[in-house]
Amino acid sequence: MEKKLKVAALCNGTVIDQIPTDKLFKVVSILHLDKCKNQITVGNNLESTKIGTKGIIKISDRIFEEAETNKIALVVPQARINIIRNFEVIEKRSLTLPKEIKEIVQCANPNCITNNQPVATLFFVNHNNNETLLKCNYCERETKQDKIKIK
Amino acid sequence: MCKNSLVSISDYSKQEILEILDSAADFETNPNRKTLDGKVIATLFFEPSTRTRLSFETAVIRLGGSIIGFSDASTSSSSKGETLNDTIHMVGSYADAIVMRHPLDGAARYASEISPVPIINAGDGSNQHPSQTLLDLYSIFKTQGTLENLTICLVGDLKYGRTVHSLIMAMSHFKPTFKFIAPDELKMPDEYKMFCHKHNIQFTEETELEGNFDDADILYMTRVQRERFQDMMEYERVKNIYTLTNSMLNTTKQNLRILHPLPRVSEIDADVDSNPKAYYFKQAQNGLYIRQAIVSKVLNC
Repeated sequence: MEKKLKVAALCNGTVIDQIPTDKLFKVVSILHLDKCKNQITVGNNLESTKIGTKGIIKISDRIFEEAETNKIALVVPQARINIIRNFEVIEKRSLTLPKEIKEIVQCANPNCITNNQPVATLFFVNHNNNETLLKCNYCERETKQDKIKIK
Repeated sequence: MCKNSLVSISDYSKQEILEILDSAADFETNPNRKTLDGKVIATLFFEPSTRTRLSFETAVIRLGGSIIGFSDASTSSSSKGETLNDTIHMVGSYADAIVMRHPLDGAARYASEISPVPIINAGDGSNQHPSQTLLDLYSIFKTQGTLENLTICLVGDLKYGRTVHSLIMAMSHFKPTFKFIAPDELKMPDEYKMFCHKHNIQFTEETELEGNFDDADILYMTRVQRERFQDMMEYERVKNIYTLTNSMLNTTKQNLRILHPLPRVSEIDADVDSNPKAYYFKQAQNGLYIRQAIVSKVLNC
């Protein structure tokens, strides 16, 4: 019996694969795909040998820069990025947390100016032993990566 | 953005801190000069203040500068809903520097990013109060003759107290030993204990005041700040937890000096005021010279 792809193959563009199903729409939001005019295929709750069920996003005719895809490292660090040309994978990319994170994260401090006035958030990523900490540029509070709130 | 701003004590290197202390000592010998002649300094106090505002304004006036601003946010356009962005852009077009106190954490950093003139942070929420830290360092240096290898006991509200947080960061240049005395509800936050570990600073934690500061060079008392509590029940439980009395000082070191950023409520008994180890009023006076040094530095005057 012929094996059929559940999501159509991509001629040129970027595939974001191995997305945990509950994070799929966060990725859409962080990369502003809701405003992207390219053809986009979104699949969710697909079978995955690695993580059970997964989400996948295929964006046609757009090659994302590494700095752009790294924005989602905070939410889906295990996701894989494949760059496609003429139906061939020409680059496989894993995600690296950037040194600075703009706008994506909400400060956990309710008294921070970013939660009270129209000020975009900015966090610096620090590593302490095995922990990743995000330090708010404004109120200077540090939050552990697993406690952060995505906007 | 103006690079000369002073937002956080971490903006200054050890060398810059020592230069400010030198400059303050110079102003103490002669506080009346005309080096700010023709300069206009705005003091924007969105939160109440007595010492900080008056000492900044006195500093500017004694240096020949002029003051504009407000000491009550209800008399400014912020009460009409004006954003900090708009206020800073407007005042920045009138004044040569802005001294600002604001109830929101991070307000000063944000102001420094958008302001065309230097911002001096006079306290942003429970975050930073660098001019207080510098006057604390100046007071410690004057009373001990050094900043190196001192044992400093921090007492009271170590959770919300911005002065103690900034003091830890500033003293990290000078190999201190800290003793943190606070009730469980107000103990030093983990991030500052991690900061101490990272900088090889020794510290211990206690919950009792009496008998726990006999080896200290500096006893730094703080007020439990009602305005920082979101849970008033918690405030009621801890508000009178420590009171320093004269009799507690009998077995302390001769060189011990008691500091307090003021205002005090009940944490230092009035009978301590006449003890030669009490230094908090002189500490407040030192604020004038430190603020003269800070304003002069940010304006390159």
